[in-house]
Amino acid sequence: MNADRENGAPRVVRGTPVDLRALKRGKIFFTSYTPRLRYAWDTGEAISRYLEELKHGRLIARRCHRCQRVMIPPRMFCERCFRPTDEWVYVRDSGKVNTFSLCYVTWDVRRLKQPEIPSVIEIDGASPGMGILHLVKRVKPKEMRVGLEVKAVWKPAAKRVGSITDISHWEPISRRG
Amino acid sequence: MAFRRVAIVGAGMTKFMHRALETPKELAWLAAKAALDSCQTKLDQIGCVVVGSAPDAFDGVHMKGEYLSDGCGAWRKPYLRCYVGGGTGVYAVAQGFFQVASGMFDTALVVCEEKMSACQPHPQAAFITIFDSVTEQPLKPNLLWIFALEQNRYMQVHGITLEEIARVSVKNKRNALGHPAAQLGAELTVEDVLASEVLAWPVHRLMVSPTSDGAAAVVLAAEDVARRITDKPIWIQGVGWCLDTTYWTNRDLFYPEYLEKAAWMAYRMAGIREPRKEIHIAEPYDPFAYKELHHLEGLQLAPKGQAPKLLADGVFDRDGDLPATPSGGLLGVGNPIAAAGTMKICELFWQLRGEAGARQVPGKPERGVAQAWGDLMQVGTVVVVGTKAPQ
Repeated sequence: MNADRENGAPRVVRGTPVDLRALKRGKIFFTSYTPRLRYAWDTGEAISRYLEELKHGRLIARRCHRCQRVMIPPRMFCERCFRPTDEWVYVRDSGKVNTFSLCYVTWDVRRLKQPEIPSVIEIDGASPGMGILHLVKRVKPKEMRVGLEVKAVWKPAAKRVGSITDISHWEPISRRG
Repeated sequence: MAFRRVAIVGAGMTKFMHRALETPKELAWLAAKAALDSCQTKLDQIGCVVVGSAPDAFDGVHMKGEYLSDGCGAWRKPYLRCYVGGGTGVYAVAQGFFQVASGMFDTALVVCEEKMSACQPHPQAAFITIFDSVTEQPLKPNLLWIFALEQNRYMQVHGITLEEIARVSVKNKRNALGHPAAQLGAELTVEDVLASEVLAWPVHRLMVSPTSDGAAAVVLAAEDVARRITDKPIWIQGVGWCLDTTYWTNRDLFYPEYLEKAAWMAYRMAGIREPRKEIHIAEPYDPFAYKELHHLEGLQLAPKGQAPKLLADGVFDRDGDLPATPSGGLLGVGNPIAAAGTMKICELFWQLRGEAGARQVPGKPERGVAQAWGDLMQVGTVVVVGTKAPQ
């Protein structure tokens, strides 16, 4: 009764791959739908302050007095201690690269000649390992490395709107001499 | 343990393919029916139905669980959808286990389905919303970023080379040649993998699983029912899962601690003390080549940073000491998200019954572990199955 099975495991499995030529010739029916949805995300207590400080060209974190972590992005509760965080702490707009990629495709899979360099940047003044996601520029792909020291390059004050993109990008801290 | 014993008694799946003619509901039906037929079980013998599917955005069908219900055999039955991102396909089997182990039902049908081809021009666009809406999405991230960042961190901490990572693609795509459902089985060399396009360094195209359409299903039964249905039940010996923080830029990505916790939860339940000796087959989640190595370490099947060396030594080959991904995995069989995890459970079911045909692992393996991973690089789901009934 299981002619398509050998000792119970399938030899023949069902499912019909679409023939792309038939699809192009209009021989296969399909319908389509493009959603038009808009959302307005409230930024909340912690991140609203974070964005306000970004607008002023500063990075701010939150400290938990129990575990003593200085956390960025900031949060009003400590997810480890599960208690309210206690104070705002300014941290520096410099840090070092924890990990990075040289990315040659965009979010919609278009190809890029010059790669984007998304990086996790550990922020100076926050607890060890506390990083944020951002983009590093003005570095040759071959010179990019874990541990590279970088600083934020801010947009001009008049162009800042209270967004993570108020930091235009990060670039290597230049060495004198 | 205050659980009833639960066994997998049937398994089935569809082909995994780039674009299926079938609707999501039809794919679910094909897999569910194949699983029921494999153990000569009728739908009216099924107590409850569990479905697993990744975000609605992939299929583009809102309330996908409800939509899929008819195809899953859930008409007028207790039915629920469970979801832990990419970890869903393995977790769904644990969810089915709870229904039967608790004594609520004697049988459960678990179905996982995904149809990623619907999202045009590429489901990448559906992935962008997994990033934090305020602090990350304005940077226009894409899904490759997090894999590339994690792979780079893993390589950096241990001094792992791209050649070592590429061997996973070679092994899994070769293993998939023996799988009748496979989308991307291939005979490749390490050089082929490294010569493929760099999408997001260090990730090369042939280190990435495809997007896929497909479904997979298993039938679970309590001990007395299972023994009536088959003389080769495959017992669920342990389940575990664990979620880490969404503040992923605050974690060191080189090692999945959440997976270590999930694995020990399952191993403790299964009475396993030395996973490397007591597990005979592993089906770790391999959406990207490095992930298999990362996960083998999280599963305690290789010391931290040592999985690449064990791979190079042949330990994870189909005829090695600890075969890993004999199915061909997500890299070779395909990656219809939730269905891919359940495919791994199906593979263990066939392997442990000695029914895996061309893919059969030699030496009469008695115990295997399947694992899936997902969300914002933060969830580990683990199921341990074996030929011996749990104590």
